[in-house]
Amino acid sequence: MSTETLTARLRDSAAVRHLATWDAAIIAATIAFLVVAAQTVEHFGTARNAGYIILDLAPILLLALAMTLIVTTGEIDLSVASTVGLTSAAMGVMWNSGIPLETIMPLAVVLGALLGAVNGLFITGFGLPSLAVTIGTLALYRGLSYVLLGDTAVADWPRAFTGWVLGTIGETQVPNVLIPLAALAAVVAVVLHATTVGRAVYAAGANPIAAAYAGVPVRRLKFWLYVASGAMAGLCGVFWTLRYSSARADNAFGLELTVVAVVLLGGVSIFGGKGALPGVLAAVVLLTALQNALRLAHVSTEALTVVTGSLLIAAVLAPNTASAIRGALRHRQRRTV
Amino acid sequence: MSRKRILRLTTPLLAAALLAACGGTTQGDEDEGGGAGTGATADPDADFQTGLSVAMLPKSVNNPYFESSSAGAESVVTGLEGTFEYTGPSDASASSQVSYIDTLSQQATDVILLSANDPNALCSSLEQARGAGTVVVTFDSDVDPGCRDLFVSQVDGAEVGRALLEMTAEQIGGSGQIAVLSATANATNQNAWIAVMEEELESNPDYADIELVDVVYGDDEDEKSFSETQGLLQAHPDLSAIVSPTTVGIAAAARYLSGSQYQGEVALTGLGTPNQMREYIEDGTVTEFALWDPTALGELAAWTGAAAASGIITGAEGETFTAGELGEYTVGADGVVTLGPPTRFNADNIDDYDF
Repeated sequence: MSTETLTARLRDSAAVRHLATWDAAIIAATIAFLVVAAQTVEHFGTARNAGYIILDLAPILLLALAMTLIVTTGEIDLSVASTVGLTSAAMGVMWNSGIPLETIMPLAVVLGALLGAVNGLFITGFGLPSLAVTIGTLALYRGLSYVLLGDTAVADWPRAFTGWVLGTIGETQVPNVLIPLAALAAVVAVVLHATTVGRAVYAAGANPIAAAYAGVPVRRLKFWLYVASGAMAGLCGVFWTLRYSSARADNAFGLELTVVAVVLLGGVSIFGGKGALPGVLAAVVLLTALQNALRLAHVSTEALTVVTGSLLIAAVLAPNTASAIRGALRHRQRRTV
Repeated sequence: MSRKRILRLTTPLLAAALLAACGGTTQGDEDEGGGAGTGATADPDADFQTGLSVAMLPKSVNNPYFESSSAGAESVVTGLEGTFEYTGPSDASASSQVSYIDTLSQQATDVILLSANDPNALCSSLEQARGAGTVVVTFDSDVDPGCRDLFVSQVDGAEVGRALLEMTAEQIGGSGQIAVLSATANATNQNAWIAVMEEELESNPDYADIELVDVVYGDDEDEKSFSETQGLLQAHPDLSAIVSPTTVGIAAAARYLSGSQYQGEVALTGLGTPNQMREYIEDGTVTEFALWDPTALGELAAWTGAAAASGIITGAEGETFTAGELGEYTVGADGVVTLGPPTRFNADNIDDYDF
């Protein structure tokens, strides 16, 4: 065995070990935070509050599921929040023109998928960098939303639908939306961690050239991930519109940054190839619950933004710093041996 | 990429859509109405409750206008020995206000004073809050009347129009040509005020010698308002006054006038904020302008919320209550309480205001 493959193996196993610890750390931190907050923050530990937290995290979670896959392949999709806005605005226009809501909802998901396909086409078809393409569509899709609805809002959504989104299952305090959210998270977890598609996602992110030689259809894979990301954003647009009973062009403005933040906080490497879904799920819960607890504790908005911002910077710095220190230590050890 | 695969993926969705198209839920469908009527009766002789918890939720924090309202509301709440909280999102979006309403309703706040970012998006949250016994009073910017108890309106449209004309007439000695620099051509508020001005000019003999010669639109953009001002002065050499019923317009017009030969020759009045206009009052470009006082608006909102929480009013038309030093107020149609005529700002009082 050559020394190169040996070191590569070592690095991989180190990466795996590191990942496992980061995942475990973020999950432990989330649980610890929930327990402490429930003890110390008034009104935090109630079933009603848990319901609010789930409603608040739903849009972030929907977008983070697909974003996890995309970032793991070493790409990014910054257009997701604008896609939510555009599908929401399109829903408003369709509703105004008398189309039944049962038709509008699947059409919104299809529209989201098409918008995602546009990203995918530019990135995989023309080989453009995803950062540039999706910054472009971030502006383009938001602009189109304003073309559709301007500054107006469409707000007369039927209560049967908006009530369901906000409602709970029967007499329990479990929100209706928890079931589809959990199901979608489970599907993505299985795909990423237990199928060949998932292995291809990691391979494409770790080393796209090697992955291509190994027979992974990297470009096709990435294209479909963007379609999936768009479809999830379309679904998120449906949720957003019904939850707030308001189709507006500025819906979900700026949400893409929160989504990228939770994905990184969840331990997914911005350079691709590393990451796991449980960490991201924990990060989504941690961030939403933290903001909720700070609000309940009467912490001012300015402080709230500073606290969450610092947390995210720390989260992105921590894994890099840790691996840099570990790398330096290993280097030293080898020298002294 | 196989076309078959795309079809396989999208066909079920499209099929579902088409199926649903028959007999689905459309916009015209009847919807069971919202807006929980309280059903309570008012007791006009009741005392204001002390110890109420009152929270003010502005469109966004760090906005001097709302800071002034907050100061007004806080003084009232403190006077009633209550607790006051000023909280809200840093961005003016409806969805971020929802989380704050949810939080306040969980904390069982007695009164929420809200300036809404969207007339409908907040409704479900507000309904939950009201269901739990919180009184919801909107101020500055209303929601659907079914979703709140009362709305404290800053101003009555007719009074704004009349005040604008009064100030103009005083400044030009009752005769001359005037022009209006408005916001956008379809701005609801501005058009209503201009219509009142036109009616008054027609019908009121005091204004018989005043002629409205032009209405131009600066679209609430600083540069456009600036150049429209220039255009007005060139097109109407005998112009005596410009009336700009928008804070952006009046500031831009003042900036143009203060640097031109028309300074002090052509009067300028309208609606502006003291902080924007202070330097033009000081250099003599502007004599007097108006706006509602956001501090008084906050005070009235707090009094209204306290009155509703104390059972003095329920939001029905015709109920009356006393708002401390502001005097007596009557609830109008749709649960609207109106602050009153706009406050006028001039060299004598402008330094008393900071917003």
